[in-house]
Amino acid sequence: MRIPVDPSDWLILIPEFILLGTAIAILMIDAFAKAASDRSSPWISLAGTAGAIVAAVFLWGNPLSGFGGMIVNDDFGVLVSTAILTGTALAVLISVDYVRREELPAGEYYALILLSTIGMLLMVSSANLIMIFLSLEVLSIALYVLTGFARMRPRSQEAGMKYFLLGSFSAAILVYGVALIYGATGTVDLQSIADELISPGVLGNPVLLAGAGLVLVGLGFKVAAVPFQMWTPDVYEGAPSTVAAFMSIGSKAAAFAALVRVLIFAMGGLRPEWLAAVWVIAALTMTVGNLVAIAQDNIKRMLAYSSIAHAGYILVAVAAANRLGLQSIPFYLIAYAFMNLGAWAVVTAVTRKGEEAVGLSDYSGLFWSHPVLAGSMGLFMFALAGIPPTAGFTAKIYVFMAAVAADMIGLLIIAIVTTIISAYFYLRVTVIMFMERPAEPPVVTVPTPLAVAIAVAAAGTIWLFLFPGVTQSFTDTVARLL
Amino acid sequence: MFTYAWLVPGLPLLGTIINGIFGRFLPRKVVGTLASALVGGSFLVSVAVFIQLLGLPEEERHVTSALYTWISAGNFFAEAGILIDPLSVFMMLVVSGVGFFIHVYSTGYMGHDEGYSRYFTYLNLFAASMLILVMANNFLLLFVGWELVGICSYLLISFWYSRPSAVAAGKKAFITTRVGDLGFTLGVVLIFVAFGTLAYDQVFAAAGEVATGVITAITVLLFIGAIGKSAQIPLYVWLPDAMEGPTPVSALIHAATMVTAGVYLVARASPLYVHAPGVLLIVAFVGAVTALFAATIALVNNDIKRVLAYSTISQIGLMFLGVGVGAFAAGLFHLLTHAFFKALLFLGAGSVMHALAGETDIRNMGGLRGKMQVTYWTFLVAGLAIAGIAPLSGFFSKDEILAAALTAPGGHWLLYALGLAASLLTAFYIFRLFFKAFHGEPRMSAERLERAHESPPSMTVPLVVLAIGAAVAGFVGVPGFLAPEAGWTHAVAHFLEPGLAREPLVEAELPPAIGVMLMLIALAVGIAGIAAAWHFYVRRPGTAARLAQRAPAVYNTLLNKYWVDEAYNALFVRPGKALAAFFWRGIDAAVVDGFVNGVARAVAGLSLLVRRTETGYLRNYALAIFAGAVVLVGYLISTR
Amino acid sequence: MLVQYLPFLVLFIVAVAFAGGAMVLSRLLGPKRPSATKLEPYESGMVPIGGTRGRFPIRFYLVALLFILFDIEIIFLYPWAVIFLEAGAARVFLFFEILVFLGVITVGYVYIWRKGALDWE
Repeated sequence: MRIPVDPSDWLILIPEFILLGTAIAILMIDAFAKAASDRSSPWISLAGTAGAIVAAVFLWGNPLSGFGGMIVNDDFGVLVSTAILTGTALAVLISVDYVRREELPAGEYYALILLSTIGMLLMVSSANLIMIFLSLEVLSIALYVLTGFARMRPRSQEAGMKYFLLGSFSAAILVYGVALIYGATGTVDLQSIADELISPGVLGNPVLLAGAGLVLVGLGFKVAAVPFQMWTPDVYEGAPSTVAAFMSIGSKAAAFAALVRVLIFAMGGLRPEWLAAVWVIAALTMTVGNLVAIAQDNIKRMLAYSSIAHAGYILVAVAAANRLGLQSIPFYLIAYAFMNLGAWAVVTAVTRKGEEAVGLSDYSGLFWSHPVLAGSMGLFMFALAGIPPTAGFTAKIYVFMAAVAADMIGLLIIAIVTTIISAYFYLRVTVIMFMERPAEPPVVTVPTPLAVAIAVAAAGTIWLFLFPGVTQSFTDTVARLL
Repeated sequence: MFTYAWLVPGLPLLGTIINGIFGRFLPRKVVGTLASALVGGSFLVSVAVFIQLLGLPEEERHVTSALYTWISAGNFFAEAGILIDPLSVFMMLVVSGVGFFIHVYSTGYMGHDEGYSRYFTYLNLFAASMLILVMANNFLLLFVGWELVGICSYLLISFWYSRPSAVAAGKKAFITTRVGDLGFTLGVVLIFVAFGTLAYDQVFAAAGEVATGVITAITVLLFIGAIGKSAQIPLYVWLPDAMEGPTPVSALIHAATMVTAGVYLVARASPLYVHAPGVLLIVAFVGAVTALFAATIALVNNDIKRVLAYSTISQIGLMFLGVGVGAFAAGLFHLLTHAFFKALLFLGAGSVMHALAGETDIRNMGGLRGKMQVTYWTFLVAGLAIAGIAPLSGFFSKDEILAAALTAPGGHWLLYALGLAASLLTAFYIFRLFFKAFHGEPRMSAERLERAHESPPSMTVPLVVLAIGAAVAGFVGVPGFLAPEAGWTHAVAHFLEPGLAREPLVEAELPPAIGVMLMLIALAVGIAGIAAAWHFYVRRPGTAARLAQRAPAVYNTLLNKYWVDEAYNALFVRPGKALAAFFWRGIDAAVVDGFVNGVARAVAGLSLLVRRTETGYLRNYALAIFAGAVVLVGYLISTR
Repeated sequence: MLVQYLPFLVLFIVAVAFAGGAMVLSRLLGPKRPSATKLEPYESGMVPIGGTRGRFPIRFYLVALLFILFDIEIIFLYPWAVIFLEAGAARVFLFFEILVFLGVITVGYVYIWRKGALDWE
């Protein structure tokens, strides 16, 4: 077997290489000039992320395939990568003062963020089950470390350990699924799998179906779909807020991209078989996520359940597996990147050293002392609840439209009912902030980078509502892939 | 060609927006000046429209300009469009002109009020709403203006919302007029059902082709709306209570906006009404009876503003009498003159109250003549005008209505008699007010008398201007028999004719001898009323009290306003409240809320239940993943 | 069909035989001077019996981890070498490609060195 070697393959990975170079630079500065690193690494990371975004946009509308078909660049991938990189950039911005406040080792922190981002981007571009697994590991290992990064805090350690063990467990299940798929089709290349599915012998193979199920479990773990979601609240609560913010976008987006590639691009032929399974998972995810969020009085746990619930809505689009669904997934992820990162940014601002003040009661009357901060939080809560004029509304509408187009009325009704339920706990935050007047107002400082992050997130949240077409024109080309 | 006319309602609306949003940050001077200037601008634009309209040949004085398509759904089509014809221009001039003076007056009157910018926001909106109402080119936009006027009246009557009586009055006004609005709404719906359109032009053009029964129903329903807005029997009860609002608001409601909307509506829909003569007769009788009825209540009331309120009800009744007998132009002519002298009366009353720290009871006034010269003389002009003393404005307009009531094809001697009686009482009660307030011994506390002063120029200047108007406005409607050769007789009527249903002018068949005779009778009646008031309250004070003692039943009936409020309370308000309480406690709280709360509680309970799965133990989580994987794979394999 | 997997069977047998043979041979040939310490199973220098909360030197883990990391990374050189042989004109590119790879490893090495992970004390 000859492995083709083509230098132009490297073009596809320019964003990843930019991030890698940045990460190395940060590590080296950290190794030789610790003091300078603490000051400069967030800005270097930001520059690197910006460069990666530019490179990703540069790849737009330029379908490429390389490394023997293991890595592809298509518009779908670029869009999801944009969501991930947006999340990374915002996460870096909100980390600037957080890392300083919590006295975390800055160089390693940012390097790990960037390395994890590389894994995410690779996962988005993977056209091969092995690549999916490899990139999953790259992104996960960095995240395991980041979750337990606040070593002095037992909660953080516990979260890191839980995440690591369960992550390894589910990754093992994923690998097992990959092996079974390989056993049934004789290939790990997604395009080849799709080609193989034409033959009826392969289509009916129980080994293939079992493999598909196990891959679904492995990716379902990453996107936090019920019943593979149980790590989410514990990990989000224990991890540093900024890390939780980062992974709530990045790993979810990357895993959804992989899920779309596996379930729709490769195994679209098996949709009659997997549809009911994804249907039930989506329904369960939306219901459990929103339902349990009601009972939370810790804002980080609440956002964790919110993140589970949103995975459910995106799964609706996956289940629809039609043009509208494919369009709505990148849009939803980008919108989610803005509104969720915004919410986490506010959480980071309100949280005090040592992850104190994360109860809902700590937001009591925030409006009266910090009107702009509380107003932004209100906006993000509205967006997450899917209330106009926010991107969250538009994103949900797209998903609902996809469900209608796919004749999934039952799932649509569940989605709408759970959306209504979700309004309760999102709006409760708003009520607490605006309508309560505490005896002593919460002491909150909003450093400039954090303020910028909140402003960008808020602007993005509204901008995507006003001009959904900007991404919609992108997503139109995406859907042509179907 | 009249597209710029949208500025007429647009300017006050702009004021509403500016003052509504930024008002509280702006200095008072800016707020008041801006609000007044914008309404003034609106008046100037109206004048420009008027002049341009006069330049057109008579048959072309009807211009519709659509601003934009407003609603288009199925066969339903409505545009936001304005109609420029003599009738709408006439109303524009009255509304914006009188409105302007009331704005100016308000800058002084409300000078010390906390809600200064809120007040002008509402006031501008009020003016804008009324202008939308009169300028609409279809019934739907008319309805919008109609409702806006209603909400503005509510906001302004209960402007001092910390006073329970003001809040109650606002609610009363709103709810009472809503009764009429229901009829109006049904009328508009019926118009659409019958004609398939709501545009004036198409509706009126097809008026003759629709069955008489339908036309009758439509006109009756529209008239019910007019009754509510214009405070006629039986829906007049809100207007006297509306005095709870600031006095300039009363002036605006009574003179320029709100109550005149009903008269305008009947005049505007005159092409429909001429096809329903029976309904016109009802209109005329309701008007005539109201005129007399309200005047009798005004005889004994002691609240200066309430007397004026009943006076307005009575005068509007006269207008309805006019339009009811087919003399649409005469009714509108009286609307014009009434706008001047009634605004003047209210502003004069406001001036008096301003001087006496808000006192409204005429029993605590008297002898103010020397203290406030301008107010005194202007009030006198207004009083003479409303009493129908030649040659002041009220004389001509009232005389024209009365003449029409007797001689027009739709007229009847009974209508004439009712109107004449109302005129007599009007002259009496208005001068009772005048004499008790300005003549005789001062009856207020010495301290108040000491403080009593003439109002500031921002209040007196509008008084003077309105007084001039009240004095001379009648000359635009001088009957033809007085000056047969002059070209300017019946100016108002001639101007308005093209916009109204073709109805022979009263003057056309009125021999000069009869016309002059009717005039003299009306004049004599007015003078008799004034003389009686003078006899009762100046020459022999105490006569009235003796009279009241001699016929206590009559006096008490009048003083208690025929117990109409009490009757309504027992008949409608209390049963209504009981029904509402039943729906509230029995249906809403128990059934609806119970269901909603039940669902919410069920969700919360479920949430706590599902939450239990979150144990925090790694082994449970791993087991969940494993179980999920087993079920998932088991299901997928089973699909084969 | 199964014949294709014959090499795996052979590998399995060889592996078992090698492991078993090594143990048997050392048992037969090696001198035996047992002591208490020597009889303990090797667990990265940690005392295997005792409380589970006992403290233990973490350095062993660090060294073992680093060893595995670099060990596996060096193994990647082998498939590269196989392709390099057959690459022909692309050899220059491949050469620089592996330089990047080694560069990244070196960065990691320098980093742990600077961070003191290699210092025993």
